[in-house]
Amino acid sequence: MEQLVGMKGVRKSFLRTVANDGIDFSVGRSEVVSLLGENGAGKTTLMRILYGMYTLDDGEIRIGGKTVDIGSPKDSIALGIGMVHQHFTLVRTLTVLENVILGLPSPKGFRLDYASARTRIKEISAKYGLEIDTEAYIWQLSVGERQRVEILKALYRDVNVLILDEPTAVLTPQEAQGLFKTLRILRDEGKGVVFISHKLQEVMEISDRIVVLRNGKVSGQQMKSETTKEELARLMVGRDIVELPAELTGTPKEALLSVSSLGAENNQGIQALKGVSFSLHAGEILGVAGVAGNGQTELEQVLCGVRSATSGSVRYHGQELANASPKEIIDAGIGRIPEDRMEAGLVLDLPLMENLVIEFFDKAPFSRGILLNYRAIERAAEELMREYSIKAAGVHEATRTLSGGNLQKVILARVLSRNPEVIIASQPTRGLDVGAAEYIHNKLLEQRERGAGILLLSEDLNEVIALSDRIIALYEGRIMGIVPRSKFDLEEIGLMMAGSTTEDGNAPSEV
Amino acid sequence: MHLPKYKLEKRLPPPLWFQILTPVIAVVISLLISSIFLLAIKQDPLQAYLYMFRGAVGSKFAFLEMLVKATPLILTGVAVALAFTAKFWNIGAEGQLYAGAFAATWVGIMNLPLPAPLYILVVVLAGFAGGAIWALVPGYLKARYKVDDVVTTLLMNYIMIYIVGGILSGPWRNPKTMYPASVEIAQNADFPKLIAHSRVHFGLVLAVLAVIALYFIVRRTRLGFEIRATGTNAGAARFLGINTLKTIIYVAMISGGIAGIAGAGEVAGVQYHLIQSISPGYGYDGIVIAMLGRLNPAGVLLSAIYFAMIITGAQVMSRSLNVPPYIASVIQGVTLLVMLAMLLSFEYRIRRER
Amino acid sequence: MSDFLTVTFWVGFLAATIRLATPLILATLGETFAERSGVLNLGIEGTMMFGALAAFLTTYFTHSLWLGVLAAVVSGMVFGLLMAFLAVTLGLSQHVSGLGITILATGLAYYLYRAVIGSPTVPPHVDSFNTLPIPLLSKIPVVGPIFFDHFALTYIAFLLVPVAGYVIYRTTYGLSLRSVGENPEVADSVGISVHKIRYSALIIAGALMGLAGSFFTLAEFNLFLFDIVGGRGWVSIALVIFANWIPVRVLWGALLFGGVDAIGLRLQGTSIGIPFQIYLILPYLLTIIMLILIARNASYPSAMLKPYRRE
Repeated sequence: MEQLVGMKGVRKSFLRTVANDGIDFSVGRSEVVSLLGENGAGKTTLMRILYGMYTLDDGEIRIGGKTVDIGSPKDSIALGIGMVHQHFTLVRTLTVLENVILGLPSPKGFRLDYASARTRIKEISAKYGLEIDTEAYIWQLSVGERQRVEILKALYRDVNVLILDEPTAVLTPQEAQGLFKTLRILRDEGKGVVFISHKLQEVMEISDRIVVLRNGKVSGQQMKSETTKEELARLMVGRDIVELPAELTGTPKEALLSVSSLGAENNQGIQALKGVSFSLHAGEILGVAGVAGNGQTELEQVLCGVRSATSGSVRYHGQELANASPKEIIDAGIGRIPEDRMEAGLVLDLPLMENLVIEFFDKAPFSRGILLNYRAIERAAEELMREYSIKAAGVHEATRTLSGGNLQKVILARVLSRNPEVIIASQPTRGLDVGAAEYIHNKLLEQRERGAGILLLSEDLNEVIALSDRIIALYEGRIMGIVPRSKFDLEEIGLMMAGSTTEDGNAPSEV
Repeated sequence: MHLPKYKLEKRLPPPLWFQILTPVIAVVISLLISSIFLLAIKQDPLQAYLYMFRGAVGSKFAFLEMLVKATPLILTGVAVALAFTAKFWNIGAEGQLYAGAFAATWVGIMNLPLPAPLYILVVVLAGFAGGAIWALVPGYLKARYKVDDVVTTLLMNYIMIYIVGGILSGPWRNPKTMYPASVEIAQNADFPKLIAHSRVHFGLVLAVLAVIALYFIVRRTRLGFEIRATGTNAGAARFLGINTLKTIIYVAMISGGIAGIAGAGEVAGVQYHLIQSISPGYGYDGIVIAMLGRLNPAGVLLSAIYFAMIITGAQVMSRSLNVPPYIASVIQGVTLLVMLAMLLSFEYRIRRER
Repeated sequence: MSDFLTVTFWVGFLAATIRLATPLILATLGETFAERSGVLNLGIEGTMMFGALAAFLTTYFTHSLWLGVLAAVVSGMVFGLLMAFLAVTLGLSQHVSGLGITILATGLAYYLYRAVIGSPTVPPHVDSFNTLPIPLLSKIPVVGPIFFDHFALTYIAFLLVPVAGYVIYRTTYGLSLRSVGENPEVADSVGISVHKIRYSALIIAGALMGLAGSFFTLAEFNLFLFDIVGGRGWVSIALVIFANWIPVRVLWGALLFGGVDAIGLRLQGTSIGIPFQIYLILPYLLTIIMLILIARNASYPSAMLKPYRRE
């Protein structure tokens, strides 16, 4: 098979993380090759290098047999490579036609040539099964239709290789089938297709060949016909997660937080949570495992009061907290460690001491009437700084100056200072070094000892497995299974995260 | 992709000496740039600036007159600074000033049987109320419906100025002189003079109190905390439990109220009746003053005095030299833009692209 | 009251509406270009004021009306360039940059007027534009005087509406413009220079705003008065929203406000006992009400107010 794209020894690092560590990857004519892996495995980075959005630190790229230098998307498009990203690069208020021709010179000079563009788009549309109304505005289109426009954009520019980054993340099953039909036509027409995904089912359905990435390296390569979902899952999550950690002491007690049939939409208006039900008990860590984009963010936002629930309820000590305001949730005594440290967890331009008390500033001793008691705030802040070893010049420092690990400690210190019964911790160690991560883990375990119930949402499966008493696997907004520690099985959890139900095909149940 | 040759990259807040030196440098650069316009009409900039300086603070009389001018400027500067801290773009200080002047006059010409200190208090409260109500409308519209505050506060200026015009040519027209101006307010409502044989009046005390209040509110109260949080990151503030809607409404009212007091001061302390030209643009000056003073109390106070100096200085200078007093507006405009550009250096440094 | 029912009244009123709409059309079209590229240009009032002054002074000394118009346009472009430098290159707050320019331009206009003209008891005049009746058409009873007997600037303004529409919707420049104002990241990703588009849009805007300013001193009046622009720049800001950033709708919005302005003029003469200020207030009040109604549904160019910096 003729090789369209060959990448050898690709290395790329960002600051302290190595995203791609010596990867070899190729795309051939008339083939669909899938790039499979968890978040952070390096799939998107690798393809962005190919597409010219990043430059590689080391390695080489050959296109059509010749070594090339790709400095920008313009270069890669000129070389016949197109990419459909997870977040569409479309202008909402323009039509399909206008989006496709945006940035291209017009055959009629300064005047736009709608007619010839329309004809050409209709041709491509018909050939590849991408039916679309060229005069529709993007905002009128469904997500699936928008994706078709993205593909049309690439095909209009005569690409030979089409990269799709998690394309089915936003599609309904029917739309996904429509996409697959298009991809098969592309393959039969001699194009090379790269399908980036974490979903085993679909990868097995559409691929000719599968390349699995883990921690920036190729962990395995298989032909679809020669492999199974289980094998792929193993390659994805890896046996190198060491022995399952020691038993966690203590038995969980009464249910604190009861979530039933929770539903919510994401920012695009698509249902992101579908009938989520579980309860969080005192003295336990309930881990929510799932790949980004499957509803973890929306779940956190609903529980923290910044996203409305379209259905279901969240009960805490008899109080209904679904659709409550952030203040009500704070006052109810729920501790929230948000995923977005900089735009939600902290107001960076305020001094450190104010961030350490901000959720409770209206309570004694921090407030007396309309006045703030800065001496009390200072004292409390200094104590917290000491207790949590927050590295900063002083409590009056601008919070912005702190390092990532210390910023998280600030949030942690603030939240834990009120001894909350329930803690919602979302991606608590994302972007932190090993030492800082360990510190956070120990603190969470301490809280568990103390009898708090902790909901741990994390895209880092290792973390979830190490800390949780029970694990919920979230996929496309649904709970695929709830597994107790005694029954933790990497493969099974990996399968659930990637879309398969539990082995016995049962509906996910409370355990 | 064409990469720019120079890039602005974020930096940490600069040291204090830098923060203090920058406005000074901005002032110097602005005076240099403005001198171009003086040279254009064949005037010697140095001589002009000298005359301006003397005209502003060169004699006891000049200095006191400058203080009279500074009074409303300090008040509008504080009003706008407070609003801007919450990112409520209150361009309507002028209208709020007029509203305050209107309310103060209304109370003042009622000739209530009150002793002087009480009547003065009533006048001040009326001024505050007038400005607060006038600012409440755009404030509420922004908080609740996200209607653009810049345009609404601006348009409200024109509405209030015309309302005052209408009232002055109509029901409040002075029957004796037939001028479109109100009768004088009750004597007991007059703001007392602070310094004999000058026009410096009680309003200056209110102005200084306003500066202190700005410090106090923003730095020591719960509301101030909410204001600062809302102003720097409204999204995070909301997540962390702050009611940003209420915060903006309170800010609008207090900001408008302070601007209203400026209006009351001009009526009760300077003019003793309401005239159409009660304010030659103090509300707009307040914006420049607030920005120049970087929204903090000391800065606003100094900027207001600087502006008062420029305005009075330019007026005096224009009588001796053939330089139109409007040079003051030119200097104001240039100073604002230069200051803005230099403020960039607080947040970004210039890096050459590799 | 019988005044209202005569044909003369209506002819005069409608003609005045069209006439008074002229500067609004020009300024609003200009602001539309700026905002379409993602920049809110609050320097509009100042730019118009300086344009009025530049036009007046130039015509006063050269006795050429069109040179005056040219001066106004060029001065507008200069301020547009300044705004672009502040808001696009430096990325300063668009609100304050624009206000700074208005304060500077207005102050400069007053300053230059005083410096050059001084303060004579009778303000100097220029020979302002005469109306340009279109042959034949202007003779049609009723319709003629309403539509076909106007200043050249008025005809230009009306013609610019379809031109602006064409540029925005039917040229590659216009497509790039619209994408930059909506989603500069996407525009950048397809190779469009966001900065260049914004610069060009602001310069075009400035030119139109200067042109609008010249109307006041060379057509509507024949001298320069302080506050001659009278806040119409701000009304334009609101009109852009009313028109949903669409040139054709700018026309309707401007006519609506021209009409309100014209009513005010007409009724000022009559003695109804209501202070004439009521009519002056109407446009602004109407604008605010309009803003409230539209706030929910306004399709602001999404990238407006955010400086675009490639991280």
